[in-house]
Amino acid sequence: MSSSPKFRLLFLPVVALMASAVAIAEETLTVVSFGGSYAQACVDGYHKAFEEETGIKIKLEDYNGGLAQIRAQVDAGAVHWDVVDTESAPLQTGCDEGVFEYIDDLELPPSPDGVPAEEDFFDDMLTECGVGTLVYATAIAYNADNMPGDPPTSITDFFDLEKYPGRRGMQRRPLNNLEFAIMADGVPTEEVYEVLSTEEGIQRAFRKLDTIKDQVIWWETGAQPPQMLADREVLMSTAWNGRIFNAQVKENQPFVIMWDGHIRDTGAMAIVAGAPNLENARKFVAFATSTRGMVGVASHISYAPVRHSGLPRVGKHATEDVEMKPHLPTYSENSKKFLLSDVIWWSEREDELTERFNSWLAR
Amino acid sequence: MFGRNNETNAIAKRAVPIGLALPLVAFVSITFLIPLGSMVLQSFHDPEVAETLPNTLRLLQDWDDTEIPNAEVFESLADELNAALEARTIGKVATRVNRIASGTRSVFAKTARRLQRMDATDVKAAMIEIDDRWTDTSLWQAIRTAGYRFTSRHYLQSVDLKRAPDGPVQQVSEDQRIYNSLYLRTFYVALTVTLLCFLVGYPIAYAIASVGESLAKILLIVVLIPFWTSLLVRTTSWLVLLQNQGVINDILVWLGLVGDESRLALVHNMTGTLIAMTHVLLPFMILPMYAVMRSIPPAYMRAAASLGANPIQSFIRVYFPQSLPGVSAGCMLVFILSLGYYITPALVGGTKGQLISNMIAYHIQNSLNWGLAAAISVILLVIVFACYFIFDRFVGLDKLKLG
Repeated sequence: MSSSPKFRLLFLPVVALMASAVAIAEETLTVVSFGGSYAQACVDGYHKAFEEETGIKIKLEDYNGGLAQIRAQVDAGAVHWDVVDTESAPLQTGCDEGVFEYIDDLELPPSPDGVPAEEDFFDDMLTECGVGTLVYATAIAYNADNMPGDPPTSITDFFDLEKYPGRRGMQRRPLNNLEFAIMADGVPTEEVYEVLSTEEGIQRAFRKLDTIKDQVIWWETGAQPPQMLADREVLMSTAWNGRIFNAQVKENQPFVIMWDGHIRDTGAMAIVAGAPNLENARKFVAFATSTRGMVGVASHISYAPVRHSGLPRVGKHATEDVEMKPHLPTYSENSKKFLLSDVIWWSEREDELTERFNSWLAR
Repeated sequence: MFGRNNETNAIAKRAVPIGLALPLVAFVSITFLIPLGSMVLQSFHDPEVAETLPNTLRLLQDWDDTEIPNAEVFESLADELNAALEARTIGKVATRVNRIASGTRSVFAKTARRLQRMDATDVKAAMIEIDDRWTDTSLWQAIRTAGYRFTSRHYLQSVDLKRAPDGPVQQVSEDQRIYNSLYLRTFYVALTVTLLCFLVGYPIAYAIASVGESLAKILLIVVLIPFWTSLLVRTTSWLVLLQNQGVINDILVWLGLVGDESRLALVHNMTGTLIAMTHVLLPFMILPMYAVMRSIPPAYMRAAASLGANPIQSFIRVYFPQSLPGVSAGCMLVFILSLGYYITPALVGGTKGQLISNMIAYHIQNSLNWGLAAAISVILLVIVFACYFIFDRFVGLDKLKLG
């Protein structure tokens, strides 16, 4: 089939248009994160710098974590997300299930002092599919204006209804609650998962939860605890430390975080399998997990860097006159007694324990 | 010749309405029947493990359950896990086996990865060295169970039953039972909400049907405005009204009816669920009752009065029986809608006010156990159909009237 040159000319604009579309596509990147004050901290902390330095335009989307949406895209073969902010448990599961790219060959920048990335990162932060970004804590918080008498000082006080009568807020899932209960029952942090691995240990944790069950209001989204504390709906609540920080600094709420026995987990960044902008995504992950990126986030919200070179470089809040360090979970004063959440342990038992937990709740 | 023509005419006459209905049929089958079918299929068809480990499962059929399988089984599993790791389907296998034998999830990916890195000649010994859970016969039983393409597991689990490894069906241990009590609770809530809606709605419908036209319009709008408002807005407004430091408690304390220390727990429990659901579903009760009541001629009541009945008698013996078709339509609507209610209990129900739909949502969104969610949904659907047939049997569908 031959065609006249004139006819072929007709294709020129089409080809040009396609080429420019490809060029535009190459320079964008879809980043998906948890929204709210945290996503804003990322935008101010390093998205803007990344866009300026690379010319790549970031499209930011929100999600509520978990794997359901990512799995739907990968299964349907219609991936339009590139980078996702995720937590350590879904990262592990998603990596096994093949919904994330392997990125263990990523070249990560060294610390500003030249320490190679492998040594600068905390242990277990570099996995096959993810790079650690931050440390956050689930801790007990209370409203100082609503605390008659001595404030609570230990996780035991959270379960002591005689000394601290009043409602408690807890997240409606077994994760963290079983740990809090067993710690309050006198188990030292290093033995928590060992004890919980036995049937007696699980029963012991549920028995401890039984003692406050009537007084608990169960929350489901991170915004609920600060709201319940502000409304004085609860006396104390488990909460994510960044949300409490936000209420303290941005809304001047007299909230206090009791760091004793807090539970630490880490956030991570991963690339969705089959991401349309893979190269840009790899560049972005390396940029975001640099010391500078982590310190950038920590100057907007109280989530701590997971590089050794990070914490010493954290200074004041970017816009408020607040020293950030004392608000970070990894600050030495806050780190006297804490538990590191065991992701593998939970990935194996979450289904079973959630069923038990729901059954226990309904009784 | 003529007869044939008539026949084609008749066919053509029938074809027109069928043709007109085709878009609807297509729409209903695409948006309802196909998803429904695939959901029902998911509840008993789970081929993931069978497709990933075909050879191992075939070998396990000859295994006698009492001791650790032989080296051939180990080698076959090692090969197939390796392929699954490459194809990145290993997580799906691990998730399914873990649902049967909790605490085994990590053993699959861990074993496959380590095996890739070592050059083992004795695969069986190597696997046992990597993780001694491979010596546990219950893990192998779980793999075999997960390997059945067709399974009754989800249905058993959704009525708090399970199949023991050696065959018989038994109840799950007491601290894991949940679904049966939730069906009962859902049923109880649906009945209570229906009753409350009837008690609250009947007088309102009666009032709207019997007052003058202009006042009736205003009353109707009062009923309809909440109906047009977003469900989420209405539900969260109840949260504001009912919570511990909320409007109603504040007023009660201010009036001195309850002490500041003993504020009523009106929300995050069953009370909250009942109040909010009754309010949300009220229009579904009022509108059909109003439509039927409007068609009852007022002359009947006057006739009853002129024949000597007092107002109560004439209401009970003349008016109420005529309004029954509307009452049954309203009750039916509210009852069936309540059975599937989800957002309102999730927001104001706390833990004591959760219904079976909340568990379906949990398994769809969080645990990603769609098979179990599908099985619970099918059971709920069967309950709805059962109610429908009981209604048809004892009341009669011809008695239903929406206006």
